[in-house]
Amino acid sequence: MITNAAPIVTRRMGYEDSHTLSRYLETGGYDGFKKALTMSREDVADQVNRASLLGRGGAGFPAGRKWSMLRSATTSYLVINGDESEPATFKDHLLVERDPHQIIEGALICAYAIGASQIFIFCRGEFALGLERLQQACNEAYEIGAIGRSIFGSSFSIDLVIHPGAGAYICGEETALLESLEGKRGFPRIKPPFFPAVQGLYGAPTVVNNIETMSNLPWIVLNGGDAFAALGEGSSTGTRLFALSGRVNRPGWYELEMSKTTFRDLIFDPTLGAGVKEGRALKAFIPGGVSAPWFGPGELDLGLDQDAVGKAGSMLGSGSVVVMDESTCVVRAAWRITRFFSRESCGQCTPCREGGGWLEQILRRIEEGEGRETDLDLLMDVCDNIAPGLTWPPQQTTICVLGPSIPSSIASSIRMFRDEYHAHIREGRCPMGSH
Amino acid sequence: MAHLNSENLERATRLIALYPKDRSALIPLCHLAQSQDGFLTEEAIQDIAELVGVTPAEVYGTATFYDMLHTEPVGKYVFAICTNIACLLNGAFELLEHAQHRLGVHVGQTTKDGMFTIEEAECLAACDTAPCVQVNHRFFGPLAAESFDALVGDLESGRLDDVVPSHGVLSRVERSVGLVADTENEVAR
Repeated sequence: MITNAAPIVTRRMGYEDSHTLSRYLETGGYDGFKKALTMSREDVADQVNRASLLGRGGAGFPAGRKWSMLRSATTSYLVINGDESEPATFKDHLLVERDPHQIIEGALICAYAIGASQIFIFCRGEFALGLERLQQACNEAYEIGAIGRSIFGSSFSIDLVIHPGAGAYICGEETALLESLEGKRGFPRIKPPFFPAVQGLYGAPTVVNNIETMSNLPWIVLNGGDAFAALGEGSSTGTRLFALSGRVNRPGWYELEMSKTTFRDLIFDPTLGAGVKEGRALKAFIPGGVSAPWFGPGELDLGLDQDAVGKAGSMLGSGSVVVMDESTCVVRAAWRITRFFSRESCGQCTPCREGGGWLEQILRRIEEGEGRETDLDLLMDVCDNIAPGLTWPPQQTTICVLGPSIPSSIASSIRMFRDEYHAHIREGRCPMGSH
Repeated sequence: MAHLNSENLERATRLIALYPKDRSALIPLCHLAQSQDGFLTEEAIQDIAELVGVTPAEVYGTATFYDMLHTEPVGKYVFAICTNIACLLNGAFELLEHAQHRLGVHVGQTTKDGMFTIEEAECLAACDTAPCVQVNHRFFGPLAAESFDALVGDLESGRLDDVVPSHGVLSRVERSVGLVADTENEVAR
């Protein structure tokens, strides 16, 4: 069901000049932060807790709980994760380019609530226009006194720095992001400590939150956490920005009330995805970025709900849905996704570094018609070594979750399309004619 | 004698001042050096090392981890052609093949005139315009053979000079102020 819930993070997208300060101020910009400054820090955090806002980066961890874990210290940091690189995810890209002030305002609200000493917005380096607009917005926010000393006449002061990344998927992992922000290679840190709230940037307590998560905060402060929690169902509250792509007539971003809208609505409703390209049949879809196991037509009626998708054996992840149609070669798709992980592995852990490369090579030879009868067992065996038992969520054999995400596409596509894999091997070519 | 010009050395000093620790400016300084030279020269790496207080090997070792930082010369325009899942499903490999044919170079190579380099990119977060391409990190898409050729023509003729600066120039908006808050918002938890 598509509800008439009003958009939250995309509410300015109808304006051509949504990224400008004048448009932002005309449409209630910085009112949320001004209101927050009249509230106690605890009350601001309480509103976010009442909203039950789940982190929008991919892991879906409750934002309020992340904040409450922050260790008491004289110096603590807020780092905004805008290193959006999960394939098929393009929502933060939209928010950076089209509403940078909203991100900054959200970050300021968060920094006030947690008592941060400095804010860093880590923006994916490839977003050149986004970086320019974020920097412009940052400069303007200083000029109007929203950032800096004694903000809007209050006793709260803080600085904010826009930091460009340099191209590495792994830096979306929060501890790798912190390493990168310290000027190092993006190597995820060994856990424990599990949370940057304990030990983060320069060893100081740090909250790392996603751009979309921050973008919700001005609205939550202005309208109250309860109003946000009234949207959605169960633990999936509010609206969420979904990115739809692949073999679909209307690829794009859609902000939808969580839980109530289904994958079928998102892909087929004429006002959303408008169905599969060229009227073909849907073969499979990825429900939440390429780290998520694939679903088939049987899962179309699941709601866009974190718990429901999790129970069905996958994840809503980064909110990116990719549609494959009957002409899609699943081996080729799984191979390309696996090659991505193999290339982006930081190389610290053997199961990921070696396993990813092996899987990529095996898939490539199957796709190229050189597959062997034993290859499917071999694929599953290597997958099992990276994520023992192939459970969901996966067992961890590595420092971060990149490695254990590699089997998602492979295991789920073999489960659904074993015959197509076999056909590649038996016929010695791609039966879908993708070569 | 520094390799970075005096204007960029001043910029570097201002960038370093934004961070609690100098090394945090390492990647922004690499971008700065690339904006001057198009890629990271050995001399620039030496400068950056001195500026942030690490060895040149550490700068090199860090820079080579990141796809956007080049330690070899590249063309004035770098095509990053995405072939990841959403683009793959919409003809990205066909586009990549066409681009290589049109420019007469393979992925990773630069045309003889130094104008164009082709790279195969991972997802660029523009999947609603698949297959998408970046030129010096400015977005174009969806592209097919014909529109790719038109893009090459526009770049060659300079018609896109305002939209696409030469390789290495990332954000053309500079920070207007240094750190001013000078306070710590300690909270008893």
